[in-house]
Amino acid sequence: MSRTTPLLVRILRSPDRVSALSPGDWDLLVRQARRAGLLGRLHALLEERGLGDAVPGRPAAHLRAARIEADRVNRAACWEAGQIALVGERVGVPVLVLKGGAYALAGLRAARGRLYADLDVLVPRAALDLFEMALRADGWGATHLDAYDQRYYRRWMHEIPPLRHVRRQTNLDVHHGLLPDTVARRPDPRLLLEASRPVPGVEGLYVPAPEDLWLHSAIHLFQEGEFGHALRDLSDLDRLAREFAEQEPEFWRRLERRMVALKAERQASHALRLLDRVLGTPIPAGLLRTARAHAPAAPIDALVHWLFGRVFRPPHQSARVPGQGLAEWLLYVRSHALRMPPHLLLPHLAYKALVAPVREWREAHRERRRRIRALNAENRRA
Amino acid sequence: MKLNALDRAELAERLRAGRLSLVIGPFHVRVRSELPDVCEGLSRLYGDFPLCDPDAFMDFSVEVRASGGLRRWVWPQVRFLFDGEAPFKPLPRNQAYPFFEWGLNWCVAQHAHEFLIIHAAVLEREGRALVLPGDPGAGKSTLCAALMASGWRLLSDEMALLPERADGLLPMPRPIALKNDSIERIRAFAPQLRLGRSFHDTAKGTVAHVQPTRESVAAQQQAARPALLVFPRFDPDAREAEATAIERPEALLRTVRHAFNYDLLGEEGFRRMRALIDASACHQLRYGSLEDSLQGIRRLWERTMEAEA
Repeated sequence: MSRTTPLLVRILRSPDRVSALSPGDWDLLVRQARRAGLLGRLHALLEERGLGDAVPGRPAAHLRAARIEADRVNRAACWEAGQIALVGERVGVPVLVLKGGAYALAGLRAARGRLYADLDVLVPRAALDLFEMALRADGWGATHLDAYDQRYYRRWMHEIPPLRHVRRQTNLDVHHGLLPDTVARRPDPRLLLEASRPVPGVEGLYVPAPEDLWLHSAIHLFQEGEFGHALRDLSDLDRLAREFAEQEPEFWRRLERRMVALKAERQASHALRLLDRVLGTPIPAGLLRTARAHAPAAPIDALVHWLFGRVFRPPHQSARVPGQGLAEWLLYVRSHALRMPPHLLLPHLAYKALVAPVREWREAHRERRRRIRALNAENRRA
Repeated sequence: MKLNALDRAELAERLRAGRLSLVIGPFHVRVRSELPDVCEGLSRLYGDFPLCDPDAFMDFSVEVRASGGLRRWVWPQVRFLFDGEAPFKPLPRNQAYPFFEWGLNWCVAQHAHEFLIIHAAVLEREGRALVLPGDPGAGKSTLCAALMASGWRLLSDEMALLPERADGLLPMPRPIALKNDSIERIRAFAPQLRLGRSFHDTAKGTVAHVQPTRESVAAQQQAARPALLVFPRFDPDAREAEATAIERPEALLRTVRHAFNYDLLGEEGFRRMRALIDASACHQLRYGSLEDSLQGIRRLWERTMEAEA
């Protein structure tokens, strides 16, 4: 930890330090945590450590408010997952819930205080068409209506275009894989389905086994390149690892084996070393050695970790460091390079940069003209 | 120290440095802006609000800032930032002040879940509160401004705040936002009220804000126990004010529709909502003119107080 370590990161590492914070520190901590999407988690963390009373009245109100909101999101996600399971049952398709929804359904500490907007599920690829049809019959429709987007998702991605329920306005991502088909080294989703665990009390609903849950979270973070919630996502890995290691002494050993089976050594290597460095997660020394062995070539690894060091910070003005914008951009580029070979990537980026804006502008223009015509017609009637 | 103890230059300087901190009801708010419109609006409308230590804990740190780049010259725009994040799309530059008011409403409604928050005007008399939940267009703000001009204490024009412990509704007596025709109507009805500038062509038409009375701001830490809940309904065809009693269960369901965070609070939300309804006489008031509505409210209030006595 250096002098520039943001207050929020210090507190995530050692929550006991909250007892020594001044009112001005609390101001900064709440602001950083809010922007990082970690306000609710801070509440959970302090509550678990019995530090709730160390929080002064006004900051405490904000922590509690964030927790109330997250509790509601978790309740809603569990209910929604139940609805999806019912749809799956109708057509005999088991539904595996991923990420945030899975943390909530498994009753994990990582879910406490965690906010998220979408529910992610995975179904066997062979059952995808059937499942999608059943979802549509149940009121789920596509949000990405652009023909290019539809084609792009269906041809290259590991998920179908995002769905939204027509009445409840909830969002659902249906996956058939963990990484796009364009990524050469990707985990076999069947392994996840085979090892998954049923959710007690809900027929047809499953969550990944602990190691898989952790590895999927790491794959997502270190491959997908969405760093808007980088610190929150890293903190997810920290929370998951601590709880699993506490519950099952074999967790770390199983993780070490499983990362090979899921071909996720590289992502796990980054995740483990960054957890150790940024959040001080207690990771066995042997596993850290394995993680170092799976690192990319030294100069690349040094560069990537220099970049990561700049994004695992709260996205708040008070925590910005020189080079952060560049780091975010380079990591974004990296994620695209990892995701697709250049002969697919370049046409896609060109479309998004040149064609899509023109189409959107034309659509907006047409819509404006339609509205004006409708208004004129109304005025004439009146 | 109150905001009006600062002269315009000091106020502008504090705003520029992000060191203007105000106590607004239960919240401490830090405001930053370099825009003269924001400075002027605050100076005209928030004069009676106490200042607090800008280095202490703030509930909300907000900023209204001119968009950079080309937008400085071509169709200039402003952005509202909550802790550096923009929850809304930019607005035209001349709407900087109303943007501050809307943005602050959003901050409270989205984050202050320690309260059950209901979209309603709240006023107080004799230590008891009148709650006016209202759909847009029901005439809630106009009625609220007229009542304040008639000696009621303003708790809020926008939000009823119900804390966990049921000692009453908490005030947040920010300026009342009037729209379109009601601006002139209130000017004519109550020339003693101070209004801010009118802002034209906003999403809600023309908007102007009424400065809360000094007494309302001075008493902004005093909660008020609910007594009367009225759903106002403006109807140009109504000859005179027509009050209809509403059964409590129906009043509860109707008020739920006006709540911002009822679903978040779960059972606790129901408990607080029920405490509000149980403590209040509940009515609907149909009226065709401002004078009628005031008379209707006065009659309902007298009846409620008599019934309690």
